Amino acid sequence: MEAVAPRRRRKLLEERRFLAPLLIAPAIIVIALLVGGPLVLAAYLSLTDATAGSLSGSFVGFDNYVDPWRDPNFRKALQNTIVFTLVANAIVVVVAALLAHFLLRDFRGKWLLRLLVLLPWAAPVALSTIGWLWIFDSLFSVVNWTAKELHLVDRFNPPQWLGDPNLAMASVITVHAWRLIPFATVIMIAGLASIPKEVDDAAAVDGATGLRKLFRVTLPLQLPIATIAVLFGIVFTATDMAVVYILTRGGPFNSTQMLPMWAFQTGIQGGSLGPGAAIALYLLPVLAVVTVLMLLFARRVEVT
Amino acid sequence: MPLRRRRESLLTYLVVGPFAIMLAFPFYWMLWTALKTEQDLYNVESVPFSFSQGSPTFDNVRFLFEDTQYLRWIGNTVLVGAVVVAITLLVSIPAGYALARLSGRWGTSLGVGIFLVYLVPPTLLFLPLSRLVAELGLQDQLASLIVVYPSFTIPFSVWLLMGFFKTIPRELEEAALVDGASRLRTLLRIVFPISLPGILTVVIFAFSLCVGEFIYAVSFITTSTNKTISTGIYTELIRGDVFYWGALMAATLIPSIPLALFYNLFLDRFIAGFTGGAFR
Repeated sequence: MEAVAPRRRRKLLEERRFLAPLLIAPAIIVIALLVGGPLVLAAYLSLTDATAGSLSGSFVGFDNYVDPWRDPNFRKALQNTIVFTLVANAIVVVVAALLAHFLLRDFRGKWLLRLLVLLPWAAPVALSTIGWLWIFDSLFSVVNWTAKELHLVDRFNPPQWLGDPNLAMASVITVHAWRLIPFATVIMIAGLASIPKEVDDAAAVDGATGLRKLFRVTLPLQLPIATIAVLFGIVFTATDMAVVYILTRGGPFNSTQMLPMWAFQTGIQGGSLGPGAAIALYLLPVLAVVTVLMLLFARRVEVT
Repeated sequence: MPLRRRRESLLTYLVVGPFAIMLAFPFYWMLWTALKTEQDLYNVESVPFSFSQGSPTFDNVRFLFEDTQYLRWIGNTVLVGAVVVAITLLVSIPAGYALARLSGRWGTSLGVGIFLVYLVPPTLLFLPLSRLVAELGLQDQLASLIVVYPSFTIPFSVWLLMGFFKTIPRELEEAALVDGASRLRTLLRIVFPISLPGILTVVIFAFSLCVGEFIYAVSFITTSTNKTISTGIYTELIRGDVFYWGALMAATLIPSIPLALFYNLFLDRFIAGFTGGAFR
């Protein structure tokens, strides 16, 4: 009798119907506990006036979503998040497409150039941004030193990269674009490499060359995977806090404020969990749109 | 033909070269700054691209390792990364395998679903999770990061592993199964050894996600001895208006170099796993 039970259990393990859910379950449970639960909790918190001290704030309806609109800092944060994301990713697409086009081929010294191009992606963003903080330093900026030597800027009144609102915006965008280019390049190289050789040959037979081939053959085939790269870029830019936190802390005068930073300052530093959670959740529509697009394009890539 | 080849190569260098230099410049600059003396660094007269007044020197690196908690932060980071990677592998390898092999269409859909969870950013979760961490009494402890980091390493790793397992020829496993080996035995004896490079790739990238994580680390940990490098350097080496630039640049460069070398080494496998799951 006792010998039968283990054998039956072993048999159950052989059965796909039991084995598959058994193996997948731990991952699903962890994700439900660490992502699903907190997401629901965030939604709940955003409807209350909870503070860091206690979870049991009282219900305030949609006040936390409505009130921020009266706050110029929030409106600036929302606007900047959109500007950062769009401008940085526009730069990323163009540069990454160009780099991918050239890095696909074999040439002498390719490994060195590839290593250099990869560096910004491999370095932790919180650390490399400190490097940029030094490059943008008000007194000892190497950019300003070079520009002064070339007589491009006023020797006695050089640009204050992080002190002037417009330049600070440009600095943040530069760092975002800089760190995202390698990843987008890598994804686009993968996309280009997956275009079958026959397509090239067929295009050659049909007499498609140069620009014609680029617009009629290469770009359409590359579009889905390029879109995936961009969608990742959008998520990474819109939700990142490290770059702004380290470069400007949202300053000067909140001119580079953005949603994640504002949510952090409200929720963690200010201790207002409810309003902070609501501010962070303003990112959700962006993510929803990106997710849907990504699913659509993922399917298209699968077809080709 | 050779002439055309050479012209193409020249064009490649002309286009990729400047971009490569721009992308790598901050790291070159970290190195230069790390090797300079204070007098050299803060002298407006000296040329920033050359060394003078006692430079190059290793004083900044010595200061970093002897007079700051840098080693401690590296230790913390490695500890958190290692434990999180271990948990991640334990959960993700079975899930990735099952999604790639044991389940049909719904497996792929579920896989894509799990991957999309990776897109849910820490920005949305750090406030509720800070409450959770407080409820568990883990504030200010490395354990808080160990509990929370699998929230992004697991979705990412399940996806990568699913991609790797799909590239292994089915015939290998089927041959073993026909020979009477159990499925778990096949998994341990046949599938894992072949997927070792893929699993190593997951180790590298999951570990680097932990090293680079910022928002949880800055929200949960405030005691300097419990910090990781991603927050410790910025919050502890900048004291008020005093910037130890030489030490700061050494501190940021040191972890970046090994990560970059590993990325370069495992890049092709990463691409295979990342795009092999569904984008193919």
